[in-house]
Amino acid sequence: MLSLQILINGILLGGLYSCIAVGFSLVWGVLNIINILHGSMIVLGAYAAFFAYSQLGIHPFAFIPIAGLSLFILGYGLQAKIINRVMGAPVLITLTLTFGLNLILDNMMMVAFKADYRKIILDPPLGLLELGSLLIPIDRLYAMVLALGLVGCLYAILRATQIGRAIVAVRMDRDAAALMGVKVKQIYAVTFATGAFMAGAAGCLMSVIFPISPLTSNAFLGKAFVVCVLGGLGSMPGVILGGILLGLLESFGTLWLGPDFSTTIAFVVLLTLLMFRPTGLLGKRGFE
Amino acid sequence: MSAILELRDVSRNFGGLRALDGISMSFGIGEVIGIIGPNGAGKTTLVNVITAVTPASSGDILFNGNPIQGLTPDRIAQIGIARTSQIVQPFPRLTVLDNVAAGALFAAGVNTIADARSSAMEQLEFTGLARVAHKLAATLSLADRKRLELAKSLAMKPKLLMLDEVNAGLNASEIDAALDLIRAIAASGVTILLIEHLMKVVLNACSRIAVLHQGRLIADGIPEAIVGDAKVIEAYLGRKFAARQRKVMETS
Amino acid sequence: MNALFCSKPAHIVVAVLFLLAFLFFPWVANNYLLRIGTTMLMYSALALSWNFIGGFAGYPSFATAAFFGLGAYVGGILQNKGIPAPLAWLLAGLLVTIFAVVIGRIILHLKGHYFAIASLVIGDVLREIINGMTSLTGGGMGLNLAAQKMGVTEQAQFFYFSMLTVAGLALVTTVLLDRSRLGFGLRCIEQNEDAAVRIGINTDRFKTAAFMLSSTFVGMAGAVYVSWTGYIDPGEAFEVLISVKPIVMTLLGGAGTILGPVYGAFLFLLLEETVWRNFLNIHSGILGLLVVLLILFLPRGILNTNLWSVVEAHARVLRTYFRLLPRFQGINLWAWVVRIIRNIRHQS
Repeated sequence: MLSLQILINGILLGGLYSCIAVGFSLVWGVLNIINILHGSMIVLGAYAAFFAYSQLGIHPFAFIPIAGLSLFILGYGLQAKIINRVMGAPVLITLTLTFGLNLILDNMMMVAFKADYRKIILDPPLGLLELGSLLIPIDRLYAMVLALGLVGCLYAILRATQIGRAIVAVRMDRDAAALMGVKVKQIYAVTFATGAFMAGAAGCLMSVIFPISPLTSNAFLGKAFVVCVLGGLGSMPGVILGGILLGLLESFGTLWLGPDFSTTIAFVVLLTLLMFRPTGLLGKRGFE
Repeated sequence: MSAILELRDVSRNFGGLRALDGISMSFGIGEVIGIIGPNGAGKTTLVNVITAVTPASSGDILFNGNPIQGLTPDRIAQIGIARTSQIVQPFPRLTVLDNVAAGALFAAGVNTIADARSSAMEQLEFTGLARVAHKLAATLSLADRKRLELAKSLAMKPKLLMLDEVNAGLNASEIDAALDLIRAIAASGVTILLIEHLMKVVLNACSRIAVLHQGRLIADGIPEAIVGDAKVIEAYLGRKFAARQRKVMETS
Repeated sequence: MNALFCSKPAHIVVAVLFLLAFLFFPWVANNYLLRIGTTMLMYSALALSWNFIGGFAGYPSFATAAFFGLGAYVGGILQNKGIPAPLAWLLAGLLVTIFAVVIGRIILHLKGHYFAIASLVIGDVLREIINGMTSLTGGGMGLNLAAQKMGVTEQAQFFYFSMLTVAGLALVTTVLLDRSRLGFGLRCIEQNEDAAVRIGINTDRFKTAAFMLSSTFVGMAGAVYVSWTGYIDPGEAFEVLISVKPIVMTLLGGAGTILGPVYGAFLFLLLEETVWRNFLNIHSGILGLLVVLLILFLPRGILNTNLWSVVEAHARVLRTYFRLLPRFQGINLWAWVVRIIRNIRHQS
C-alpha cells in the first residue's frame, strides 16, 4: 500500500524533525530569540559525528553525548559572553546578532570542511525491516526512536529537575522568576546551551541519514522554524506534533508534487498558519 | 440637555465574567460626571468599551446620535472622543511638544505639522508643561507625565473627554491644580467623565455621579444623594457595615 | 553635534557639493570605479528603502530580496519583449509596489519575529514559483537579456546614472517623508503602536504605505540591475543577503535618519570591497564579525549615537587607569583631556 508507506516515511522523518526543532523551540520560547545559528550547530554536530566515525570508529549514536556536550559548551559561551549583552533589545537586534554569529560559524565550517557533501556509511549497514510490503530503513527507525527519546528526556528534565523548573519559570514570567531568586542570565546561558546540545545530538542522528555539508544549515533552520510554528511554542507535545506534521506534509507533498515543491509546500503552510494562527496548533500565546 | 453620549443596555463579557451588565446612561454636553465604584466594578472597562479598545458584547453606544460600537479606536479618536490612561503611555523618544502635536495632527484634523505644533504649544501652556516642551517624554516626572496625557487628549479637540484615575500618585497641591484644570476644560464645553477613587476630587468637580458595582449601574444622581445612598454605602463598605450605619442613622 | 554642521545653510551647501560630486564622478573614474559607484548607489537605494519600513515604522522586514528579485524578473521579461529599458524599470517598480500592497495585507498584522520570518519566507516562495515557471523565466537556468548596443564605457556611465536616479528618488522620498504627516505617524507607530492607534492614526494604512515605499525603489533597482548585468537566476535574485545587507547598512548608519542608510551603504561597500579583494574565502565570516561588532558596540548606528560622549566616557576610563601610574599623578593629563572634550561638546 503506497499511502501507508508514505505515512511511515513521514512519521520516521517527523520524529527526526522534532529533534531538530526542540532546541530551537526552547531557545525561542525562553529567550525570545530566533537562533539563526541553530542550523549550523546541527551541521557542526553532524561533522563531529562524521569525523568521529571515520577517524575513530565511534558509532554516531554513541557519539551523541560527546557531540552534545561540546556544543553545550560552545552554546554556553556564546550566550554568556555575547548574546546576553543584548537580551531585551528589539527583535531586529537579536535576530541580526545571531545572523552575524551564524555567518562566522558557517564560514569557519566552509573553510575547515569545504562544501563537499559527506555521509556516514555505517559498516555493517543496518539494512531494511520488511513488514509485509512496507520497507522501513532500520537506521531511520533507530534515529527516530532516539530522536523522540531525546525529546522525552528533555521534557522530563524540564519538569523534574530544579534547573529545569527554573527555565520554565523564566519562560513564563522573567521578572517574577528573578524576584524568586532565579539567576536569569545564568538560566539564559543554560537554556541556550541546552538548545545547542539538542542541535548537536540532532546532527549526530542526521549524519547517518542525510548527506551533510555547510550548505544544508539553512534547510535545517527552515524546518525547525516550520515545526515551531506548526506545533506552537512552549510545548514539547507541540514540537513532536509539529515535527510529525511536517514529516507527513513533506512525504505526501513529494508524492503529489515532486521533490522540488516540498519545501514550497512547507513554506506556504507556514505563511497560511502565520496569517491565521501564529501561535500554532498547541502553542501558548508566544512572545511576539 | 441634548445627549452627547448615550449607552443603551451595554454589556461586556470576558468568558464567564460579566464586566459590564446592562449599563444604560446618557451624558449631556458640558456635564462633568464622576464614575465611581469599588475596584473591579467595571469603570475602566466602560471607558475601554466606549473607546473601542475592547468591543461591547451587546448593547448600543450612540455619540451625537450615531452608533459607534463597531468603529476602530482610531476612528473613535477622530470623531471627538479622547481618554487618558491609568498607565501613561507616551511616545518616549518624541519631545513633549511632539507628543501633544500628535494628538492635534491625527485626531483634531490639523493638516500640517507646524500647525499641530502651535496648537500643541497652547495645550502645553494650558497644562503648565511649556517649560519642558523640548524634553523627551521618557524623562518626565510622574506628575508631568499625567499632565502630558491630559495635554495630548486636549490637543485632540475632544467633545467627550474621559479621565481615568488622572490624579493617582499626585500630592495634595498637584490635585488642587488638576481640579482647576478640569473645571477650566469643562467650562469650554467639553463633556468630562471623571473616573476616580478620590472622593475629594469627585465631590468638588462633578455635578453628577454614577456608581458602578460589579458591572452594574447602582446609582446615578447629584453628589449629595449619592453620598447618602444605601446601595452605594453597601457596595463600598459591605452589607454588615451598611446595616450598622443605617441603625446608627435611625437612632440619631 | 557641532553647530557648524547642523545649520540649514551648511546642510544645503554640503548637499549641493555631494550632488555635484556624484554627477561629475563618471568623468574622473575608470570603469572599475564606476562599477563600484553603481553598486554603492544600488546599496543606498536598498538601504533607504528598508529604512521606510524598518527605521521609520520599526517593522523588521526581510522582504527586500523578494522585491528585488521580482523587480529583476519583471524588468528582464519586459525588456526581452521589446519594451525599452527605462520604461521596463518604471513598470517593474509599479508592479512590485502592487505586490507589496497585496503581501502587506497578509503579513502586516504580525509583529516582531513572526513578521520578520513571514517577510523572509515570501522571498523563498517567490523564488520557487519563478524557478518553476520555466517557459516564462528560464527557470533554474536563468534569464538572459539581449546585449546592450553601447560601448563599454558608455554602458558603465549609463547604468551609473540610472542607479543614481533610483537612489536619488529614494533619498528625496526619504526627505519628504521625514517632514510629512505620514513620517510623523510612522515614528509614533514605531515607538508605541497602541498609543498611536488611540491618538487617531490608522495604523493599517500607514504601515501599508511604509511597506509600499520600501518596495518601489527596490523593484526598480532590481530591474536596473538585471539590465546592467544581462543575466539573472532565481538563486541570485532572491538571495537572503539582499535582505540582510540593507538592514546592516541602515543599522550601521542609523535607522530612522535620512542619511544614515547612505553612510552605512558607503562604509559597508568600502569594507566589502577591501575584504573581498583580499580575503575572499573568509569574506562572509568577516561580514559576520562586522555585524556582531556593530550590534554589540554601535546598535543605534553612527548618526544616532552621540560619539562625543562615547569618546569622553573612554577618556574617563583611561584616566582612571593612568592614575595608577605614579609618573602621571602630578600632571593630571586626563582631566585636562576630558575638560577639552567637554568644552567642545558644550559649544556645539
